[in-house]
This record gives sequence, structure tokens and C-alpha cells, in this order.
Amino acid sequence: MTLPPMFHVKQRSPMNPIIQANNLQRHFGEQKAVDKVTFSVAPGEVFGLLGPNGAGKTTTVRLLNGILPPSGGSAQVFGLDPTLHGEKIRRQTGVLTETPALYERLSARENLEFFGILQEIPESNLRQRVDEMLEFFALSSRAKDKVETYSKGMKQRLALARALIHEPPLLFLDEPTSGLDPEAAQQVNDLIADLSHTDGQTVVMATHNLFEAQRLCDRVAIMSKGKILALGSLEELARDLWPLTWVDIKFHTRLAKDVTGILKAQRGVIEVWADAKRDALSARVENEDVIPDIVRHLVEHGASIIRVNPRDYTLEDIYFALQAREE
Amino acid sequence: MNWRSIWAIVRKDLKEVRQNKAAWVPAIAVPLIFAILMPVLFIVLPQIIPIEDVQRELGDVADLLTKLPPTMGALFDGLGVEQMFILYMTGFLLAPLFLIMPLMFSSVVGADSFVGERERKTLEALLYTPATDMELFLGKVLAAVIPAISLSWLTYLVYIIVVNVASFGLFGRIWFPLPTWWPMMFWLTPAFALLGISATVLISSRVKTFMEAYQLSASLVVLVLAMVIGQVTGVLFLGVGTVLLTGSLIWIVDAILIYVGIRNFKRSMLITKL
Repeated sequence: MTLPPMFHVKQRSPMNPIIQANNLQRHFGEQKAVDKVTFSVAPGEVFGLLGPNGAGKTTTVRLLNGILPPSGGSAQVFGLDPTLHGEKIRRQTGVLTETPALYERLSARENLEFFGILQEIPESNLRQRVDEMLEFFALSSRAKDKVETYSKGMKQRLALARALIHEPPLLFLDEPTSGLDPEAAQQVNDLIADLSHTDGQTVVMATHNLFEAQRLCDRVAIMSKGKILALGSLEELARDLWPLTWVDIKFHTRLAKDVTGILKAQRGVIEVWADAKRDALSARVENEDVIPDIVRHLVEHGASIIRVNPRDYTLEDIYFALQAREE
Repeated sequence: MNWRSIWAIVRKDLKEVRQNKAAWVPAIAVPLIFAILMPVLFIVLPQIIPIEDVQRELGDVADLLTKLPPTMGALFDGLGVEQMFILYMTGFLLAPLFLIMPLMFSSVVGADSFVGERERKTLEALLYTPATDMELFLGKVLAAVIPAISLSWLTYLVYIIVVNVASFGLFGRIWFPLPTWWPMMFWLTPAFALLGISATVLISSRVKTFMEAYQLSASLVVLVLAMVIGQVTGVLFLGVGTVLLTGSLIWIVDAILIYVGIRNFKRSMLITKL
């Protein structure tokens, strides 16, 4: 899926983050919905806010768009304070809310025209822009039908069209594929990937779909109970959590009795677990550089190896490890 | 102030209400009863029932006629029994009932647009637009007030035509509207329309569903019923002066309610109620 030229956004200086939050807080009575979060988002970056329901993701999006004032701390979006310049910021942001929030009694065209006007698209361009969006999101043939007759996937595409109609350089997506079937979810994910990687759009994605976040996000902030537990790219987070690497080795023949001892004597090997039933072993090593030496050493001792896998951590591993540590 | 955004909200709300039959069917039924059924009934009735029955009926209200202010009482001078009956019923007794319409229309649209938007989970997307709080508020208020006043005036127009046409055989001239009706139409009716919406705005911040908001704001009808009772018992006759004074009081109440409504209509307050 390629985007029409209207999506091509101006790149900003990489020196200036588009979003900068410093100790941002929002309390509702005793409850700390957002608790002193600090992060920045660079231009063109896809940034994920991950966490379970109630982690503070949606509240953070609301604070950054200036529709909710913070209880403490500060934020800057495009260099502007959302509390004071909410309207200016919202002119440059598009938000896909958790529920599509469409006017179901109106048609797709009426929905887009309405939000196009509120986003201050000039009257002379409005119709053309609406047509382009309807065509791009494959809704042209149903443009005059009431939204209540649409499938969930169509509604989500229309909600995305609404968020993008004014070509915002910054897009907030709150649970973008929530409730969608796999095919519709795939379409939405492809679109997000296109927006960021082809067109340089900055995207902040609030989600609890870890697979999606791993695929799309350059960096993530993992949130729980209003706090950021960890922040960084997948590699950075994995390295912070597990500085040592696990490598899994599968043998073609039965394991030699002394294989554990042979490996433990090798420099850089911390521990070894042998699984005789599966003719396999797992070794915890200081880093990946040690692995070729281990393989060479085992072969020299007559081992017949059919597979060597340095263990990759998924965002899911990281997420659950962090949540468990928090509890 | 971005009036393009405001009018877009007005148009959108009106389109939505038009699609919501539960909202507008009762709003159309009542004017039909008031503007056509009731005047026809009161005009045709004295012409088909025996004159003695009309006289007996009128005897009951004769006392009330003596309590009318002199300027209003003069309207009855030289009229026949049937004419007096028609003039009293259509010109005086039904008058305050017409104030139900602006209240009802504005409450229906107001409840649908303020609470209904939250109920249908569409409010959040609206709050993420650059429209200011004031623009959103004005758009929503105008979306309720404009149709309320327009529909009320349309109902008055139909009523005026029906009354004059149906009673032309008896009166031989166009005699309606009476002087009281002019300030009622153009001073009191807009005030009541605004009262309906301003009360709905306040109520909407405290309830969760369209029906709750509609029912609570519809309780303002008590005000109209009090005026009807006042009229029937002779305690309060809607003369020009009374209408102007009542209208002024309602406008003051409107101003206070709107002021409080604007103060409460903040994005940050609305978003926390989602």
C-alpha cells in the first residue's frame, strides 16, 4: 500500500524531539493515572506506549494533546506547552481513539467532511481531500452509506482516515487494531508501517498488543500503574534485562557424558543445562562473541551439531519480565 | 471564533437528530396536536353542540372573564357566545401550552447532542479537534436553539392559519393572533428555547444517558403547567405586560444558566466523564 503525495510530511530537525515529557503527572483523586513519566519522541519515530489497561497510556495521549491538564511536571509537543497551546498542537496531531468514535448515523463522507472542517481544511480543498481519503482507504464505493452499516474493519479504516485527513505530522494511535479480525489488523499495521517508514510520519502508538509493537515500534515505553518501567529499543531493553546471552545447541548424536564439563571449562560460559532426552543443551554465555568458540570446541571434541540458536528475546519476554519484577 | 467550525457542529448535530426517530417523532406529534387538532376541536365544537351547553360551559368561565385586565376584556365586547368561547379557548387558554414546544424541542436536541454524543462514544474524537471549548459549546447550543425556535414559529404559523380559517365563518375576519401572542412568539418563545437547552447542558454534566437528560429537562414543563393553571384559575393572565415580564425573568435565568454551563463546559471535565 503506498500513500498519496499528500501524506509526505516535512521532516523536522532530528535535534529537536517532537515530544518531550518531563516528570509528567496526572492524578484523579488518590489514583495516579500518570506518575512522573519522562520520555521524548524524535521526528519520524514510531514510539510505543505499552502496558495493560489502566497503565496510563490513554491519559498520556490526552495530556500531550492538551485535552487534560497535568497535575505536575511538564510536556512540550512541537515545542509548545499542551496546557497553553492545546488548539495549536491539535492542528498538527491526528488521533485514532480506542473506539472508532464515528458518527454512525452519518455517512463516511459526512464524517470526513465534518472533521475536515473542524481541522480547518480550506473549503476549496475539502472535497478533494475527502475523496482522496475515501479512495485510499477503499471506502469510495460505500461513501454515502451510513457508518452503522460498516464492518469493524471499515470503521477502523474510516477512523484512521479521519485522523489523517489534515495531514498531521504527528499521529497518536490508541489501540489501533483493537477488536479487528487478523486481516483487518494486518491492513492497519501495514498502513502504520508505511506512514512511518515511507513517509517519515511520527507515530505514537498506545497498545497492549506486544507483537504489533515489536513489529512497528522503533522504541517503546513499558508502562504499569502510571509509571514507565522501561524505555528503549527492543535490543536495549533486552540487554538491560538480560546482560548474558542464552544459546541453544541441538546435536545430531547422543550427548557425550562429559559435554557439560567440556563447555563449563570454556572461557565466557557461565552455566550449562543439558537435555539428554532431546540431545540438546542450553548455555548461558557472557555475550554472542563467545558462541563461535563454543561451537569450535564442541566439534573438536567430536560433537555433531545440527543447530545453534542464540536466544532472541521478544518484546513479550521483556514485557512480562518487567511486569513480574514490578509485582 | 471560528464560525465555520461552529456551523459545522450545528449542521452535524441536526443531521444526527434527523436520523434519530426516537428524538424527533414526539417533537413533531405535539405541534400537530397543538396547531391543528386542538384549535379545530375548540372551533368546531361550539358550532356542533347545542348553544345551551356552550352557554353553560362559558358560564363557568364568566367569572374569569370579569377578572381579565380591561384591555383584554375589551376583546370580548360585542361577541356572540360561540365567538367568546372560541376566543377564550384558542386565544387565551391554549396560549401557555405553546411554550411547551420550544422547551421540548431544545431539550430533545440538547440531550441528544450533549449526552447522546457521550453515550455513543463520539465525544472523544470531537475533543481532539482544534475547535475551542467555546466553539464546541456554541455549536451545540445553536444546534438545539435554532430548530427549537424555528419549529415553534412554524407551529405558531400553522396555528394562526388554522384558527383563522376554521373560525372565519363565525368571525367573518382575520382576528388572530391576539396582541399577547406577538411578544409570546418573539420574546418568550426564544427565552424558553434557551431555558430548555441551558438546563439540559447543566443536567448533561450529571447524567449518563440521553433518556435521563431528556426526562430531567422535560420536567421544566412544570413551569408551563403552572402558567396554564394560573390562566385557568385566573391568577395569572398572559397579557402583553405579563409576557414581557415573564420573558425578561426567563432571559435572566437563561443568562445565569448559560454562564454556569460555559464554566462547566471544559474539555478536561468532559474527557474525565467518558
